[in-house]
Amino acid sequence: MTTLWEEIAAERIPPEAEHRILLCGGVPCTSLGCKKVKEALEQELESNGLKEQVPVKEVGCIGDCSLGPSLIVYPEGIIYYRLRPEDAATIVREHIIQGRVVEELLHRDPDTEERFRQQAEMPYYRSQVRLVLRNCGVVPPHIEEYMKYRGYAALARALAEMTPEQVIEEVKNSGLRGRGGGGFPTGLKWELTRAAPGESKYVICNGDEGDPGAFMDRSILEGDPHSVLEGMIIAGYAVGASQGLIYVRAEYPQAVRRSQEAIAEARKMNFLGENILELGFNFDIEVRIGAGAFVCGEETALITSVEGTRGDPGPRPPFPAQKGLWGLPTLINNVETLANIPLIILHGAERFKELGRPGNSGTKVFALAGKVKHTGLVEVPLGTPLRTLVYDIGGGIPGGKRFKAAQTGGPSGGCLGEEYLDIPMDYDSLAQAGSMMGSGGLIIMDEDTCMVDIARFYLDFTQDESCGKCTPCRVGTKRMLEILERITRGRGEEEDLERLYQLSMLLKNGSLCGLGRSAPNPVLSTLRHFKDEYLAHIREGYCPAGVCTALNRPRILEEKCRSCGLCARVCPAAAITGEKGVPYRIDPALCNACRQCIEECPFNAIATGGVQHAHADHR
Amino acid sequence: MPTLTIDNQTVTVEEGTSVLEAARKIGVDIPTLCYLKDLNAPASCRVCLVQVEGRPTMDASCVLPAAEGMVVHTNTPPVLAARKQMVELLLSDHPFECLTCERNLNCELQRLAKRFGIRDLHLEGSRNHYPIDDLSPSVVREPDKCIRCRRCIAVCENFQSVGIYRMVERSFNAVVGPAFNGSLMETPCIYCGQCITVCPTGALREQDSTARVWEALQDPDLFVIVQTAPAIRSTIGEEFGYPVGSLVTGQMVAALRRLGFDRVFDDCFGADVTVMEEAKELAERLERGGPFPQFTACCPSWVLFCESFYPQLIDNLSECKSPQQMFGALSKTYLAQEEGLDPSRIFCVSIMPCVSKKYELLRPEMNASGYRDVDAELSTRELAQMLFQAGIDLRKLPAEDFDEPMGQASGAGVIFGSTGGVMEASLRTVYEMITGRELQGVEFHDVRSEDYKDAEIEMGKHRLKVAVARGTGAARRLIEAILKGEKEYHFVEVMACPGGCVGGGGQPIYYETNDWNEQVAHRSRRAGGLYRQDRLKEYRKAHHNPAIIKLYQDFLGYPGSELAHKLLHTRYVSRKLYSPEPLPKKEHKQQVQPR
Repeated sequence: MTTLWEEIAAERIPPEAEHRILLCGGVPCTSLGCKKVKEALEQELESNGLKEQVPVKEVGCIGDCSLGPSLIVYPEGIIYYRLRPEDAATIVREHIIQGRVVEELLHRDPDTEERFRQQAEMPYYRSQVRLVLRNCGVVPPHIEEYMKYRGYAALARALAEMTPEQVIEEVKNSGLRGRGGGGFPTGLKWELTRAAPGESKYVICNGDEGDPGAFMDRSILEGDPHSVLEGMIIAGYAVGASQGLIYVRAEYPQAVRRSQEAIAEARKMNFLGENILELGFNFDIEVRIGAGAFVCGEETALITSVEGTRGDPGPRPPFPAQKGLWGLPTLINNVETLANIPLIILHGAERFKELGRPGNSGTKVFALAGKVKHTGLVEVPLGTPLRTLVYDIGGGIPGGKRFKAAQTGGPSGGCLGEEYLDIPMDYDSLAQAGSMMGSGGLIIMDEDTCMVDIARFYLDFTQDESCGKCTPCRVGTKRMLEILERITRGRGEEEDLERLYQLSMLLKNGSLCGLGRSAPNPVLSTLRHFKDEYLAHIREGYCPAGVCTALNRPRILEEKCRSCGLCARVCPAAAITGEKGVPYRIDPALCNACRQCIEECPFNAIATGGVQHAHADHR
Repeated sequence: MPTLTIDNQTVTVEEGTSVLEAARKIGVDIPTLCYLKDLNAPASCRVCLVQVEGRPTMDASCVLPAAEGMVVHTNTPPVLAARKQMVELLLSDHPFECLTCERNLNCELQRLAKRFGIRDLHLEGSRNHYPIDDLSPSVVREPDKCIRCRRCIAVCENFQSVGIYRMVERSFNAVVGPAFNGSLMETPCIYCGQCITVCPTGALREQDSTARVWEALQDPDLFVIVQTAPAIRSTIGEEFGYPVGSLVTGQMVAALRRLGFDRVFDDCFGADVTVMEEAKELAERLERGGPFPQFTACCPSWVLFCESFYPQLIDNLSECKSPQQMFGALSKTYLAQEEGLDPSRIFCVSIMPCVSKKYELLRPEMNASGYRDVDAELSTRELAQMLFQAGIDLRKLPAEDFDEPMGQASGAGVIFGSTGGVMEASLRTVYEMITGRELQGVEFHDVRSEDYKDAEIEMGKHRLKVAVARGTGAARRLIEAILKGEKEYHFVEVMACPGGCVGGGGQPIYYETNDWNEQVAHRSRRAGGLYRQDRLKEYRKAHHNPAIIKLYQDFLGYPGSELAHKLLHTRYVSRKLYSPEPLPKKEHKQQVQPR
């Protein structure tokens, strides 16, 4: 029996024998110059009289952004990487005209020298199951292309053959959970919204993706907007709504444009509007552009933002399902959640549940970033071990360095150390380990990363993105950040760890919204898994990873110093003093850590880090 | 009707009741800071946290709806610790200036710190610093003391429908302020001062005028007179421990004499003059056939609201000045003539329940006497402050009478201090002016109102339709109904503050309750004293007041005379909602130019 993924992937190999070129139009490839490659290709095809026969289409993110700009030539499905405009002539001449694969433009594994002709051959893709991303980078984001692959068939099925209750039942059966962060059961949310009394209801697609380095939602809206629209229309039918909104941030201009184009296309085909498919259901969708506040990804803040006021969160209950936009029942689902819906309706909950683990069915898209060889969007069944993501898909840590930690869930998540490499990546396992799934940010860190500095980085982000409404988040995150800054500058004290813990618990317990409640996670998880590093900073004034510059001042190893005075002579800050017969010393208040003394010392008597009680001198 | 368990006690409450209110019902007092029932519940301070069994985190009880079977714990050690930490966090971003703060010993944050026994700050760190906005003539904002409770936003937006305040900035720097954290002077603030009365800390206060008055009192060249607004006599007692609504007229007069004022007058006399002029104006409009409705113009905040938001209705505003300004103009003309004084030596102080009057006396046109008609205004709170400082205790003073010739007032003038009072006072005179008959019953209970209310009154051939609005939010609703043609009135009274002047922005701050309606009720109870005094008055109609009869005989001629027009009537201007050029943002001394 073939899996759902194999079935879907097989469908997406174009049946026709004609050539066509799909060029990645994702944001990374765009900034790497894919537009110029496209122009060159089109020019080249035109001068060879092939413009009509070989269309060049832009698609959403193909994946493996570190190798862009990239394109795929069909029908063979040959993928070319790191393209420059001058490569266009070669591709047209050799591949299109002569039918020869251009070997030198294929991806070559730097370690094994192996060349890969098709995506499916590459380890980066081989371990992936691209259900949600089924069309991204494979099918141009237009309605006629989407419909070639049974697009809107799920909608037709839901409207024609199913009652709203049956649709909800199917989603409930699928076990689908919210992909935006919390992992709330989607079907239950739908049921609550349907049950809530209200003269009209809304469906909002939450595209306010804000985690640093995460771009799952953007890629889906750019690469496959119709799957999201289809999911929304089905959701609208199920909960009894007639108006949908896509809330997407202004920093995603391409996602905004593609969504709007897709809405216009769907209206033209009567998948949106009055009496959809003549089955008596009315539903329309609008795009609302957010100003890019991280907190607006929180449901209640998103609603106040849509209502035209400052995007401040409010208390829950009442939940948006009861009292949401304009006080009416509102279903808010994440982009990725909605993109799953057509699959569930079309193929059935049972087939969907084949993927993943009990209670964690389906797949999850991760934005794989940081210290791995291959970065980009990856999709795997829920429960896939972290190790598979890091080593099989990501290709391992570059430069022969050691894996140190994985940060999951963005600023709301936590850091997991080496001992968690085999953790199944699903909602429950991650939460149990003190982290969270979040929207799918996945940042890999190697031995050069300071975990205290990482905690400081994330808290700096959440402090900055706090709306400032409730006391614990507004003042508490500030106080936590101040403590972390103190520690990374070597001025921390051991009591600070208790203060951090107390504040973390206060924020978790007492904040108004999810931002404040999850803001301490990066701190709590690093305190739990990397307490030694905190203590090294505090007790020894030493940053084991060598990241915290304030702790990286040179110190003179007294037992090795022969008091030759060379160091004092080269020190531009006149921070080194001493006399014959006694070890020289460096005044940390004057030292600017230029390290010239280290290079000059003929006895290796000067080293960085581990300055005993340096913090006492710094005060 | 959910039944829930709070601290092992069972309680059944109405659907939609918050856990906080449910707890209150059984005598469990959960502390609050931002909450003001029925006005403000942003759940932002997090001081009212409780733990509900089965919920993963604590909840703010002020917004958590009571649910069937809920089991709530309000005083477990973790809950108490969390609440205390919340206050500690607020204190860590608060200037420790309690000793020099206007709200010292009258501050809700201070009270919480005491309640939680905070002795040491475990969490110190950087604090926010914003410039003090003291550019407006009435209200001073000191954002460093703001605790982001948002009550000022709520009262300004929801009660007054003015909406000056919003959250500005983000994260740690988020603070309440006018747009772009500018000055109130750049906004259509109506200076009603309601934000001051709900502020739990000293972040909002009135412009201080006591220094100027002390200075005047010391100046041997000045003849310093004082007028006391109708509402003061029934509210200043609160500052000295009297029960709410106590009438302390005589003690107040005695206290002012002991402060060193050369003459102590009653602004109810000014109110009586206002009644005469405004009744005359209404009679004229009835004769002319409009324009209707005639809006009262005693309240400078309402006038400012109308000028800013409904400039098309300027012609409907009564052209009669407020009692304060009528009194001021007469003090430097009539009084100067009667007493043989050089008007340039007269320094006219007013004691008002208001902070807006500070602005009103600075309006450029308020110099009909040839001088600034009123020189300084003190709010009730400021007067109490001066008395405390001088060691004058109302409770230990004999009752004394106002001075002549501007000290005698009718009951009509006294009830100006309550909402509906101006209307009722005017009707007593208008009735007789129009019908020529004497009014038998003098109390028009239909217009005594705590909210927007209307009535119809037979007046000879006219059937007078009147309405009273309390608060500019109610006024806006009333005006919208009028503009849509849904309502028609001849005469409308608007007072910007809840309960009228007894609930003014300059009145004693009552913070014994975190229920907005209870606060409003408290203010209305103050009016009881005024109606009691009205009933005790020998003369209850302005035109029966011998001092008024004398004023018109000896000086003004008749209501609406040319001299009355010159001294007692005024004009209004259409205002832009936002000033085109922003003011410089730096720390300023008080600027005495009106906008």
